[in-house]
Amino acid sequence: MIWINAIVQGLLLGGLFALFACGLSLLFGVLGIINLAHGDLAVLGAYVAVALLPSVHSNALWALLFVPPMFAIFGYVSQRTLLQRSMDSGPLTTLLVTFGLSVVLQNALQEGFSADSHSLSVGSLVTKAFHPDSSISISYLRLGILVAAVIILVAVQLFLGGTSTGRQIRALSDDVEAASIVGINTRHVAGIAAGIAFLTVAIAGLADGMYAQFAPTSGSQLLLFGFEAVIIGGLGSLWGTLLGGCVLGLAQTIGAQVDPTIGVLVAHLVFLAILAVRPSGLMPAAVEA
Amino acid sequence: MSEQTELDKTESMAPPPPTRRIRRSTRASRWAIAPGVVGLVVLAYLPYLVSPNSTTTLVDFFILLTLGMTWNLLAGYAGLVSVGQQAYIGVGAYAVLWLAQHGLEPFVALPVAAVFCAVVAMPLSWLVFRLRGGYFAIGTWVVAEVLSLLTIRDSSLGGGTGTNLPGLDGFDPVVLGAYTYWAALSVAVLTLIACYVVLRSRVGLALTAVRDDERAARAVGVLVPRAKRIVYLIAALGGGGAGALLAISQLNVQPNNVYGVQWSAYMIFVVLIGGIGTLEGPIIGTIVFFTLQQTLANQGAWYLIILGSLAVFMAVWIRQGLWGPLDRWGLRLFPVGYRVLGARSERT
Repeated sequence: MIWINAIVQGLLLGGLFALFACGLSLLFGVLGIINLAHGDLAVLGAYVAVALLPSVHSNALWALLFVPPMFAIFGYVSQRTLLQRSMDSGPLTTLLVTFGLSVVLQNALQEGFSADSHSLSVGSLVTKAFHPDSSISISYLRLGILVAAVIILVAVQLFLGGTSTGRQIRALSDDVEAASIVGINTRHVAGIAAGIAFLTVAIAGLADGMYAQFAPTSGSQLLLFGFEAVIIGGLGSLWGTLLGGCVLGLAQTIGAQVDPTIGVLVAHLVFLAILAVRPSGLMPAAVEA
Repeated sequence: MSEQTELDKTESMAPPPPTRRIRRSTRASRWAIAPGVVGLVVLAYLPYLVSPNSTTTLVDFFILLTLGMTWNLLAGYAGLVSVGQQAYIGVGAYAVLWLAQHGLEPFVALPVAAVFCAVVAMPLSWLVFRLRGGYFAIGTWVVAEVLSLLTIRDSSLGGGTGTNLPGLDGFDPVVLGAYTYWAALSVAVLTLIACYVVLRSRVGLALTAVRDDERAARAVGVLVPRAKRIVYLIAALGGGGAGALLAISQLNVQPNNVYGVQWSAYMIFVVLIGGIGTLEGPIIGTIVFFTLQQTLANQGAWYLIILGSLAVFMAVWIRQGLWGPLDRWGLRLFPVGYRVLGARSERT
């Protein structure tokens, strides 16, 4: 039964990874940006909540109302200014620019909030759980994060498939020049895509802050798991991203069940093993994104 | 691929004018030989002239310079943007630690550790070379994390907290400082020479072709993976040497330090600020990095915020870095290209 519990916890953890990877997948799939600052942006989102909530005891669920919209605007503006400029200078430039931003963000947060770890309070929700069996415990918060991840992935999928803006974004991901020839304002549409990606990363950052403690440097670990989820799932596949997140979550909790110190190591090794055997991922472009 | 095109033109135009010759040096490089040799002699003599504190700072300078040069070779010439070179810093540092624990003098262990890193890099290159572009960056980072997590599982190497480096207790501190300084200087100079020789060789020509158009280079028979693998192994060698120096200069090995991703940030900043894709760039970049770091030493992490913003600014708006303008005026201290004398284009 402890194994079933490990599997359940792994799937719940996978929801957090998938939520986090959604924005990465979108930015890479549509704009070709490998965003190495993604983890630090998530952590920044959590710190914005810390700074703007009236007190440390306020329920952080309120932050969901204002942090994600702020990040959506932030994403649009960054895309129109810095990211677009760096994309114009070549694909590797965005990599270097986002890595530089990551270091700047980490150190700026360290200067502003010290290196101590913080957490977001969600009141009594953090301890509430239901028990389908004596050895299995499902936290409402973690279940909520998994459900949120699925809802966001579905919403992004529907948006890309069903709306006019979504179709323009997909046109952009297919061929930028052709998209501009048929009259799409490519830079504006790229900005919207980045805004959506930043919106999801803010939600992921808040979820991570409610789930566990965070510090200015915790973004790196988030970034690695998010990217591993994207690569395991297969490029351009949002459902693959969910699968990738769950594979990583399962590897981590099952590994930790064997030996509590090797959970993260097992997750990384599973990623490297999948990479060695199937570099194109488990579900390569099964669903268009 | 300008120099190759120039060559082809020369060959196809029959008969080739006899005055056309290939020259590989530049005026600046010829003029720089004598001052360069004098500068090297002064640097080597420095422990007799300045305080041990200054040479300690210079050891850090040479470590960063070595790392910057290897990263420049990877990203600036082979297009391999790695965020995981700290893997080899860590393996190099821990190799020295392990060898010292088993009775080998740390200064003797240094080259052994560097070669060991190149050996480790061989199978790892097979794995990470399956990835392209940004995926390569993330893949190398994951490899570094895995090596770090594996290393801290060995309690004889100090586990998660690290341990002191044995074998250097017998030295007088001043003598030890001087030896460390000479070791650091040697590693940096050897790395510079290695980069220069590799880039002037056939591998360098292959890399230039790949940088211009990888598909075309493969089509004309350039062994692209081989050239990239050679560069990756040299970078591992340099990273291992730098890591070994780090262990010797700090007299202890801490996993969070030697395997820290901040090393990748430092390398990238140094190269971007100085100028990516030139051998002179990392030298300029390292000087800027150290000047800022020393000036803002009491301001916490502000030097990293400034350096990071500067590097981002350079990457987007001034691609050639600080060396760029000088390079454009034809000032090239380490020429690696081919120039056809008599041809109109003198650029290499």
